[in-house]
Amino acid sequence: MSKRKRRLFAGPYMVWIIGFTVLPILMILYYAFTNADGSFTLSYLAGIGDPVHLKALLLSLRLAVECTVICLILSYPLAMILHGLNIKKQSFVVFIFVLPMWMNFMLRILAWQMLLANNGIINHLLNLLGLHSVRILNTPTAVVFGMVYDFLPFMILPIYNSMIRIRKDVIEAAKDLGANDRIVFFKIIVPMTMSGVISGITMVFVPALTSFVVSDLLGGGKVLLIGNVIEQSFMQGSEWNLGSGLSIVLMIFVIASMAFMNSHSKETEGTAVW
Amino acid sequence: MKRTSINKLLLASLIVLSACALSGCGSKKGASTSDADTLTVLNYGKYIEPDVLTSFEKETGIKVNYEEYESPEEMYTKFTAGAIDYDLACTSEYMIERLIDEGYVKPIHYENIPHFSNIDQTYLDYSKAFDPENKYTIPYFFGTVGILYNKNMVDATKVHSWDILWDETYRDQIIMENSVRDSFIVPFKRLGYSVNTTDQSQMEEALDQLTAQKPLVYAYYVDESADEMIIEDASMALVYSGEAAYAQDYNENLDYVVPDEGSNMWIDSWFIPKTCKNESSAEKFLDYLCREDIAMQNFDYVYYATPNKAVYDALDPEIQENTTIFPTKETLDNCEMFTYLDNDATSRYNYLWKKLKSN
Repeated sequence: MSKRKRRLFAGPYMVWIIGFTVLPILMILYYAFTNADGSFTLSYLAGIGDPVHLKALLLSLRLAVECTVICLILSYPLAMILHGLNIKKQSFVVFIFVLPMWMNFMLRILAWQMLLANNGIINHLLNLLGLHSVRILNTPTAVVFGMVYDFLPFMILPIYNSMIRIRKDVIEAAKDLGANDRIVFFKIIVPMTMSGVISGITMVFVPALTSFVVSDLLGGGKVLLIGNVIEQSFMQGSEWNLGSGLSIVLMIFVIASMAFMNSHSKETEGTAVW
Repeated sequence: MKRTSINKLLLASLIVLSACALSGCGSKKGASTSDADTLTVLNYGKYIEPDVLTSFEKETGIKVNYEEYESPEEMYTKFTAGAIDYDLACTSEYMIERLIDEGYVKPIHYENIPHFSNIDQTYLDYSKAFDPENKYTIPYFFGTVGILYNKNMVDATKVHSWDILWDETYRDQIIMENSVRDSFIVPFKRLGYSVNTTDQSQMEEALDQLTAQKPLVYAYYVDESADEMIIEDASMALVYSGEAAYAQDYNENLDYVVPDEGSNMWIDSWFIPKTCKNESSAEKFLDYLCREDIAMQNFDYVYYATPNKAVYDALDPEIQENTTIFPTKETLDNCEMFTYLDNDATSRYNYLWKKLKSN
């Protein structure tokens, strides 16, 4: 097959990338850097400096960090446990954890709404046991809950992937040479799974930072994240320029955090998804 | 060398291609709606009995493209984006006022709509607030904004004042509207200001009240409010009268009141946009909606107050006297309708709303 023919196969991807990636980004850039009259301005990018928007961004960062840390704390031991199991059990447990991803994610968030509501299932159970009701729904805590629930598989899978690549004889060799469990963990397992951890962190942190649906549904309109600000500027206020400006700032944040992560990971095995 | 030139060619042709595709959509839209027997209609979500659309299609042979939206602001965005030419639309009074003002609306030829005579003159008079000469609109449903409360959980003697929404006893039991203008009705009326004020200091004062109230608020909801009240997750909610009537149907402990300080009255009306290519079909559709049997079906489905006198007269006295659905004249006269706010005021309101939410 000639090179020219092979090039043609790239056609659909080119259409896709131009139509759904390049053009939208160009449009966002255009709106972000112009005002209503179409003349150049930086004021919409500077809009992030507004105390209200800054507060929303800081809250988003805080919740995204909390969500990522909790996911990491839950996933890493799980990956280690999985590593110890035989291969059949491993795939079954992984299947169990990935299963919820096959359901619509809005449905799963709505389920949390029912669990956490004032008269929800959790409060009913607590009252049954003679305990006080808890008020979690419509607080930032509920939003973190929902995000952890949604994004957990994205942390488990890359860590698990990097964990199963560690050959058992590497660990045995280390032990042979006198390393105790602690040293094996810190000198072998942690460094060898680092690429998986980094990629898990990116895959959880980025969607958590930009999310607005979870905070809408579990925050009861009381938790304003930067994603909500952007969504509102497009849907309610018709302030497309401001929304675009803030989107660009958010993109810069995402790119910066990814660059920071990547500079701290020594890519060796190719388990990273990003 | 050769490879790069092919690359460039491919890229260039793709850009041209995608540009063609884009402009293609642009020119096609006119063609599809000018088709004599299709009608593109824009309305609020869940705001028409679905059978009405199919029976209209059967009766007249006109195909209806039915589009829905959630809030008047969203409607404005969709409508003015120009991607679709609408033949007929329904929205709230202040948005219609804005669209009339901006020249998007065509006068209606009422003589072609014989069943228009079913509409009660009273509500045409109320409509003069946004359509002063009654020449652009046909009212569809109307109602008020008030407090839906649970008689077992709330002291019924206190709900006649908006003050109860600031009562510490009901912490975490109050649901407010997740929409800036609706929620601002409450502090404005409590302070004795107009719901249409654009005075910055009055707006800030209202914001301070809402900020003080926020710790007591369970949630800011729109569509969920009625359902949350039915399952008794909250004891009070700021709702439209129609939602209140719906909720009362499912939970007899619920009651609805428009507080004495006054509130907001709203009217949703139909209008024919300038983009309408198919005026006679649009008129047929409007006439169909005004017909008693059809208006009755819609009333049963939507359950908001109907301005259709023929329908009202045919109702059971029990429903006619239900003041949740049909507010008394005194209540209506104590209420104020929204007027359209200019861009500057709208963005100041939106900003205060964000400020409240970020607190």
